[in-house]
Amino acid sequence: MARHRDIRNMDYEDEYDAYDDVYGHSVDDDYYISPSNKQFIYNRESSRDSRFEHTEDDIQEVDEIEELSDTDKAKLNSCIDQIKDILGSTLVPRNELVNLIMKYKFNIDLVVNAILEDSRYSKHNGNATEKAGPFVVPTVIEPSTTTSSVWAVASATTSTNIVKGFDVPEKEAETQPKTVDFIQKDRLGGTPRSQSPAGRGQSPASARGQSPASGRGTPLFLSSDGDDVRVSRKDGKIDPEARFKKERGDEKDHLYMVVIGHVDAGKSTLMGRLLCDLGQVNKKTMHKYEQESKKLGKQSFMYAWVLDETGEERNRGITMDVGRYQFETKTKEVTLLDAPGHKDFIPNMISGAGQADVGVLVVDATRGEFETGFDLGGQTREHALLVRSLGVTQLAVVINKLDTVSWSKDRFEEIVQKLKTFLKQAGFKENDVTFVPCSGLTGQNLVKPPTENELLEWYKGPCLLEVIDKFRAPARPITKPFKFSVNDVFKGTGTGFCVAGRVETGVLNTGDKVLVCPNKDLAAVKSLAIEEVSKVVVFAGDQATVTLSGIEMQNVSVGNILCDPGNPVQVSSRFEARIVIFNIAVPITKGYSVVLHHQSLVEPAVISKLTSQLNKSNGEVQKKHPRFLSKNSSAIVEISVSKPIALEVYSECKELGRVMLRVGGATIAAGLVTKVL
Amino acid sequence: MKLIHKDIDKGGEGSVTLIPEEPEDMWHAYNLISEGDSVKSSTIRKVQTESSTGSSTSTRVRTTLTITVENIDFDTQACMLRLKGRNIEENQYVKMGAYHTLDLELNRKFSLWKHEWDSVSLERIELACDPSKSADVAAVVMQEGLAHVCLITSSMTLIRAKIDVNIPRKRKGFVQQHEKGLIKFYDQVMQAILRHVDFEIVKCILIASPGFVRDQFFEYMFQMAVKTDNKVLLENKSKFMLVHSSSGFKHSLKEVLQDPSVMSKISDTKAAGEVKALESFYTTLQCEPAKAFYGKKHVERANEAQAIETLLISDKLFRCDDVKLRKDYVNLVDSVRESGGDAKIFSSMHISGEQLEQLTGVAAILRFPMPELEDSEDEEN
Repeated sequence: MARHRDIRNMDYEDEYDAYDDVYGHSVDDDYYISPSNKQFIYNRESSRDSRFEHTEDDIQEVDEIEELSDTDKAKLNSCIDQIKDILGSTLVPRNELVNLIMKYKFNIDLVVNAILEDSRYSKHNGNATEKAGPFVVPTVIEPSTTTSSVWAVASATTSTNIVKGFDVPEKEAETQPKTVDFIQKDRLGGTPRSQSPAGRGQSPASARGQSPASGRGTPLFLSSDGDDVRVSRKDGKIDPEARFKKERGDEKDHLYMVVIGHVDAGKSTLMGRLLCDLGQVNKKTMHKYEQESKKLGKQSFMYAWVLDETGEERNRGITMDVGRYQFETKTKEVTLLDAPGHKDFIPNMISGAGQADVGVLVVDATRGEFETGFDLGGQTREHALLVRSLGVTQLAVVINKLDTVSWSKDRFEEIVQKLKTFLKQAGFKENDVTFVPCSGLTGQNLVKPPTENELLEWYKGPCLLEVIDKFRAPARPITKPFKFSVNDVFKGTGTGFCVAGRVETGVLNTGDKVLVCPNKDLAAVKSLAIEEVSKVVVFAGDQATVTLSGIEMQNVSVGNILCDPGNPVQVSSRFEARIVIFNIAVPITKGYSVVLHHQSLVEPAVISKLTSQLNKSNGEVQKKHPRFLSKNSSAIVEISVSKPIALEVYSECKELGRVMLRVGGATIAAGLVTKVL
Repeated sequence: MKLIHKDIDKGGEGSVTLIPEEPEDMWHAYNLISEGDSVKSSTIRKVQTESSTGSSTSTRVRTTLTITVENIDFDTQACMLRLKGRNIEENQYVKMGAYHTLDLELNRKFSLWKHEWDSVSLERIELACDPSKSADVAAVVMQEGLAHVCLITSSMTLIRAKIDVNIPRKRKGFVQQHEKGLIKFYDQVMQAILRHVDFEIVKCILIASPGFVRDQFFEYMFQMAVKTDNKVLLENKSKFMLVHSSSGFKHSLKEVLQDPSVMSKISDTKAAGEVKALESFYTTLQCEPAKAFYGKKHVERANEAQAIETLLISDKLFRCDDVKLRKDYVNLVDSVRESGGDAKIFSSMHISGEQLEQLTGVAAILRFPMPELEDSEDEEN
């Protein structure tokens, strides 16, 4: 409260700076604002002014205040803050507000009532709406626009009190949606306080505890305390979906597609060829690859080189880490994740598949090859089970290299039959799985209908590109609290460092504060980018690169979760999970040590307790405290991790509630977190 | 360890005199000595003397003390054993009943008196004094960004260094960052090997990893060795062995020790034998669940029926403070051996021992199935 006492002589700029590192905004907060995206940006100026407004008011007002004692002044200020909280940005000229407060002897409730009942003030916004003229009318409420529009109204009506540093561009005022009227009614009419969680039912005394000063001390809860942040957060929350529509409505649906399959099934080649045929790779580069691969005696790998970039991968001719590429189909914008097929790189594949919405399973149709990949401990099964457990429900199965068996229909049918039964068991719906005969190297049936006569004889279905195009875009959990899983940490080009990963739920704006879990370090978002294109906001489902500041690079590691500080993710080293056990050679007992995969995180863990064995089909408890769990069963177990990790219960957040358990290079179980202990 | 003197009477009471020779012997001593035993050893004691004028001086003197052990501390990293207890023998510097902490030292003899020497302790002495059983192996388990440098002796696995580095992923146009990170990581692992592995003692150095990390690392290390003219590395190149493991975590050492090529090289070490035994327990559990049991109650009941073929038991159970409990376990081991079974005492310092410990510390493979045991577990819980 000390701050309030000497509030007039304070150097506010200075004061503000002092708080900057504790809690405030990123320094670059306002430098990127351009007229086109200004509406999405929370304006710091406005909030600063609302807090210290009287310094910029008329002298007359200052005089008024001067008659008051210090305590009263402080009281007055906190009252004004309170009222602004309740009414959003106040429309009432400050001097009138002060008079009202004096009249009602600091009783906020009475003042608010008086303002609400006063027809003068409600009339203002009516005028304002008319004044603002014809609008381009988006049907939705644009959150941040409303705030600025309220300000616009305020500035229009209380001309003497125009706040410094806040100039609403004419253009923006004109594009304000008609909803201003609606919003104001909402704020001033019916339930005026519904917007301010802190305001309701608080006596003035306790309200003082809510003043910005106290809010600043506790950065963890800044989203619900400090009024400036509250405004921006509130805006984000009003209707993120609408915001999403506005930002992305005119773009094609974005789809993340992971390509999986046994090693040497031709995943990279297939996708490399697809990209070439789509014209994503320029001729010159392709020519270079052709020449270079020829030199190494691996000409058949030339297309795979599009995705396999490191020297190691090219020399050995296998994919080791997830390769990424973007391309477009008629209705979709697809980000391709080319997963490694080799057994040893499954951890990489898991982190890639964890980010994917849909999958493409590539199988080799060559005699003997399919069988090794599928039956004899190959990765076809493991990959398919993994992606299913990671939440991929739609799958395109590419029967590749069909040219080696001269486009035999029988072979195609044989493989389809085998895979169909297996995929059904794995939990894929029949309608969600499409089978496509292809040849990656020759490019048959990839982007154009087939030309090969032998194939044309019996195949009438779509080509691969059409199948990809037909994938349904997944729902994006935008309205949930923000969570982001980190799968790469690297130095960016500029200052600070970047983390790449996927926005699992919610929305992230530049300038937001995020909590890095499980360490619970606070960091600020400096900038955002998707595929090297910088953005001001990213939504759930996006794979974004976030530049962080205010935190050391070594304090962030792969597998961390960034989340909303007001709504942090759970952190624990022990949790309960319902697991489905795959085909394992060695039974699971208490104390079994496994490698836990959670998003991109890989941690050693121990199954510390076998709680109960479940019936696989109906989930009923079959046996309590079983001695061991054998293959193909389902159970509830307790898992202890060597150090705390950030996770969520599956029912709360699907994305962060899935775990995989692996032992000795094989996936032994997939699980859903049921309880965090 | 060298056994100098052994004087144990029929009742099992008596004393032995031992000289620990290498750090690992401290581990054996740790397993031998339990609370209530008395230990005699040379030690250094700070003694305060008061002169006739009243001024006091303190001097450090080396003297031989006998204490009854009240507290045992073992530092796994430094292989130090500290015994705390009261003095029980008259001494010119130390009063009877005064507390003293003995630090057992290498190459200095100590005598251990026990009220009762049981079979497990006697076996431990035998084991400790058998020179043929020691074979030192160093192992590096690694994956991209994570490596453990460990020393495996016959009864201990010591993690000497853990290297955990963040390596940026490969991404469009940023491949260098990934490669730079890798090089840095390899360099750290190499430094750790040079620092912690004594090439004169170690017979063989295992480098285990998934994928090609081990090959890349091996190549890098010897490139660097040539560049910096590191003789130690170059001379010992033949000691390196590349094996596959599924990850760089500590517990994948288990896989490494199971690798047939490694087994053939270090088959005499206890570690490999333990891994094998535990593995066969798990296999039995999968194929014939009624023939494999764990937990004290189950195993004891199986033992009553003389059904135990192989008993797996962690040495941690013999270190417990509770004399009665320890006796129970000793009896269990004895009776299994009597009935012709095999009792394997796992070192809790090995990976397999750690896992057994998680599995209540005692497990058994039976000669014949005992499904009735399986049914009885519900009441137990």
